[in-house]
Amino acid sequence: MKLAKLTQKDDLVQIRCKVNGDAYTGTVEPRTLLVYFLRDVLNLTGTHVGCDTGHCGACTVIMDGKTVKSCMVLAVQAEGASILTVEGLAKGENLHPIQEAFWENHGLQCGYCTPGMLMSSLFLLQRNPNPTDEEIRRGIDGNLCRCTGYVNIVKSIKAAAKKMRGVEVTA
Amino acid sequence: MTPKKFAYFAPASLKEAIQLLRVNEDAKVLAGGQSLIALMKLRLAAPAALVDITKTGDLLSYIREGKGHLEVGALTTHDTLERSKIINKKFPILSDAASKIGDQQIRNRGTIGGSCCHADPAADLPTALTALESEFVVRGVKGKRVIPQSKFFVDTFTTSIAKDEILTEIQIPHTPPKSGSAYIKHSRREGDFAIVGVGAVVTVGPKKVCRDVRVSLGAVASTPIRAKSAERHLKGKTLDEGNIAEAAERANEEADPPSDMHGSRQYRLDMIKVFARRALNLALSRAR
Repeated sequence: MKLAKLTQKDDLVQIRCKVNGDAYTGTVEPRTLLVYFLRDVLNLTGTHVGCDTGHCGACTVIMDGKTVKSCMVLAVQAEGASILTVEGLAKGENLHPIQEAFWENHGLQCGYCTPGMLMSSLFLLQRNPNPTDEEIRRGIDGNLCRCTGYVNIVKSIKAAAKKMRGVEVTA
Repeated sequence: MTPKKFAYFAPASLKEAIQLLRVNEDAKVLAGGQSLIALMKLRLAAPAALVDITKTGDLLSYIREGKGHLEVGALTTHDTLERSKIINKKFPILSDAASKIGDQQIRNRGTIGGSCCHADPAADLPTALTALESEFVVRGVKGKRVIPQSKFFVDTFTTSIAKDEILTEIQIPHTPPKSGSAYIKHSRREGDFAIVGVGAVVTVGPKKVCRDVRVSLGAVASTPIRAKSAERHLKGKTLDEGNIAEAAERANEEADPPSDMHGSRQYRLDMIKVFARRALNLALSRAR
């Protein structure tokens, strides 16, 4: 049987993936984490590194339709994947409804957790367009806000849900 | 942190993956990576090679009926288990356990096979699968073999899978009609590892007599264990609050829990009783 090409520890691996609709190829060490591939190789620095231990969720991106913590995924595991980062949310000058809602409802203080919060919110609302407060809280259970601004974050996600369902929102 | 250097393989078939495990010293199987990559980043693990089994053509993510059991593919994610209609209906203990693992992102990537092979004694699914008397299908060079639950978890972070074998499927024997199951976890925060985890499966006979019962405990020994004394106490008795409470009082007899920052040994011994009672009552309420 022909075995997969034996890579050595120091070999670099070429990966191809789609990020925000654009096709990219890059060369990485097998140990390169996806978040560093996005930030350092593709220069997409909207995705943040928070704890770097898989707890805080600041590095959350959507990979093949599901949220993942990009500090807990190897770049090589994203071979062939389709990835959405915070940079892919707005359409030109027009913010995504979730971004608008966070803006309007003061859903951020320092903003460090926001890129991850936005991606988890999008995943939640795609699955559940009309979530309860409880469901929202569970939906962002993998995202920590050290400013503890959760009240406004939940409010923002609720408002975003309304916007995305096409419900008229009055300020 | 960044893991130590390693060689990476993404074989196109399970057969090839098994060969790669055989010829590479110190190679580890990579599935969702939500335990392994975390350990590698902390440099608590530093395998020389990773064999990624998620890119083989052999699809290992499924939940399907088998002969007398339900078959769950090893790469089925926690999120899939949590949301599966058939799991919720037949084995709510598994959806309970899956829903309490980590957080949404981790449930999106973590797999049932990965959790079992990692064999953390505080992990949720191994404890639930212990109450279900599940069997583990592994494939190696010589073909496949089935390992019963009692022989699968050997010690902390240790299973009986050989170096060149891969877990491909978990088989969950069907329970008789009028059975109910539940998993309850005691942790300080949502998503933390269990301080105590309890799984319960109850089968109700005529006149509400306990026809069969299985109670499993996590985080209180080097592997998930069965609370046999509690089971013996309840079997054949009427499933009422008094008998369940009495059985739960005996649930810690086989436990040998550690003391750590999350709770002392004595605290865990006490909590086993509380959570065994709750798990048994919840399982009973679901028996129909």
